[in-house]
Amino acid sequence: MNPTWSRFNITSIVLGFAFLYLPIVLLVVFSFNESKLVTVWGGFSTKWYVSLFHNQGLMDATWVTARVAVISATVATVLGTLAALTLTRYTRFKGRMLFSGMVFAPLVMPEVITGLSLLLLFVAVGLDRGFLTVTLAHITLTMCFVAVVVQSRLMTFDRSLEEAAMDLGAPPVKTFFQITLPVIMPAIVSGWMLAFTLSLDDLVIASFTSGPGATTLPMKIYSQVRLGVTPEINAACTILIAVVAVGVIIASLANKRREVQRQRDEQAAQRG
Amino acid sequence: MKSLGSIRRDFAPWNDPNAKPYIQFDNVTKKFGDFTAVNNLSLTIFEREFFALLGASGCGKSTLLRMLAGFEEPTAGRILLDGQDLRGIPPYRRPVNMMFQSYALFPHMTVENNIAFGLKQDGMPKPEIAARVGEMLKLVKLEQFAKRKPHQLSGGQRQRVALARSVAKRPKVLLLDEPLGALDKKLREETQFELMDLQQSLGLTFVVVTHDQEEAMTMADRIAIIDKGEVMQVATPAEVYEAPGSRFVAGFVGNVNMFEGKIARGDAGAASIDTGNGITIRTENAGDAAIGAAVAFAIRPEKIKVSSKKPDGAVNAIEGEVYDIAYLGDMTVYHVRLDDGHVVRASTMNAARITEDPLSWNDRAWVSFRPDAGVVLTR
Repeated sequence: MNPTWSRFNITSIVLGFAFLYLPIVLLVVFSFNESKLVTVWGGFSTKWYVSLFHNQGLMDATWVTARVAVISATVATVLGTLAALTLTRYTRFKGRMLFSGMVFAPLVMPEVITGLSLLLLFVAVGLDRGFLTVTLAHITLTMCFVAVVVQSRLMTFDRSLEEAAMDLGAPPVKTFFQITLPVIMPAIVSGWMLAFTLSLDDLVIASFTSGPGATTLPMKIYSQVRLGVTPEINAACTILIAVVAVGVIIASLANKRREVQRQRDEQAAQRG
Repeated sequence: MKSLGSIRRDFAPWNDPNAKPYIQFDNVTKKFGDFTAVNNLSLTIFEREFFALLGASGCGKSTLLRMLAGFEEPTAGRILLDGQDLRGIPPYRRPVNMMFQSYALFPHMTVENNIAFGLKQDGMPKPEIAARVGEMLKLVKLEQFAKRKPHQLSGGQRQRVALARSVAKRPKVLLLDEPLGALDKKLREETQFELMDLQQSLGLTFVVVTHDQEEAMTMADRIAIIDKGEVMQVATPAEVYEAPGSRFVAGFVGNVNMFEGKIARGDAGAASIDTGNGITIRTENAGDAAIGAAVAFAIRPEKIKVSSKKPDGAVNAIEGEVYDIAYLGDMTVYHVRLDDGHVVRASTMNAARITEDPLSWNDRAWVSFRPDAGVVLTR
């Protein structure tokens, strides 16, 4: 069926894409603005990118964010994977419903509540707010997302693979590391990436649980914007967008290639 | 020398009272919650035997195999392998290997690493592993596929990798769970003979689970027919077919015509059976059924002759009308409706290309059979 390029179709597509991407395009365009005023075009320049790299505050915040994201995503992946394993494998223990509900509650919990309750906890136990507390908070936030991703993979996991490994002489622990883990690894990696991006762009929970010396990039950008937007912020956001876009494009290309390769292999195998 | 069926078997340890059992199920019961999968079952399997567990799905045959492999523990009773009680021994320490119905090939490993997996677990030195893997690949004719991943193989090739992997460790017993279930018909027939040759050349004990009676008949030395977690009969394929022990077994394996009736008169194994509607069947295989006992007379379709005239001197000949005919090439199947309404299935080998006295639909016809052609079933 040929799509008909009626006036109505074109209008809806243009409006839709404009709605989605106009703000981002504006942001990117004005990051190359010569003028200091964000809304007035004063000619092309890359000076804001240069000044960005001399802005110690922003650079520090970026570094903090990266470290928080890597550490919290890694710990959350380990914990989330363990939770997913428990929930899919040991289906008959007492209080399973309660446990699984509690693991997945943060998915729908308003971030303000998560942030506030974590803040109260840290204050109650006398933990100084800073790098450690943001990281812990992000682990809490992202663990359930990892658990969801890994659990959905485990649902379709063929248990006879593990039985075959044990049958061939591998004890349970060896079976887990040599068979189960490699097979579910793609899900664990996507869980990690999800956790990483969630931690990267979190503002609400970080604002509640962070302290002096541990300002994350979203917090920094937000606080600077309140004092007035500078094209420097535009430049920082453009870099962020570029990093994320490149990551997404590489991931989907790799996925696509693997899929095409797999189909070709299977067709070749069918032919003999 | 006469024998049941068409094969003379020289390997028959089950007839030797001094033969040592190799695998023993000893009053084994397995319950899953309230459901009894295996009910107080006893079985004996001998060394180098090709043993088939045959039954419909859900009859408990796979549970038996999984208990032997160690994935399930019996609720009661014990399982012995070569005299050793297997209770409490985990799957990874049992000298048995299993070929899974789904093949369960490790998707992230190449064919050779799949085959080498079990050998590596035993800590076999690398050169020996390489040699054994090469040997196994040769055995299943997959030498040029060593570096492929499972998804790059066809169904038949995957099946052979699974087989090679499960025999690589030279287990005492190889368990096969529906080994040919996922193959198409032609490939399945070829593979049946390959499996038999493999079992012979390796000298292993094979226990195969299948729901396909033809597969069990082709491959196995003995067949155990399982229903609702109980053994109905354990016998050679010929015995199962020619001398079924019960109505269930007769009906489960192959096609059969069944006449319900009472023993009217009999002596020394021969008897007349009155089916109660004018038909009396004379048989020499009544066993020890008493006069007046309610029995079933079972006779296989190929042992019944169909003819347009009453055959001379036939002991059993019943008149009816040809109701349906199916020409299958190698044989023709007739459905004849007897005058009492009973439909009899009879099949004739088309040994000659030309038939002298062909039958057509609605022809009057006689079905006849010898007095030793059927069996009397009391159960």
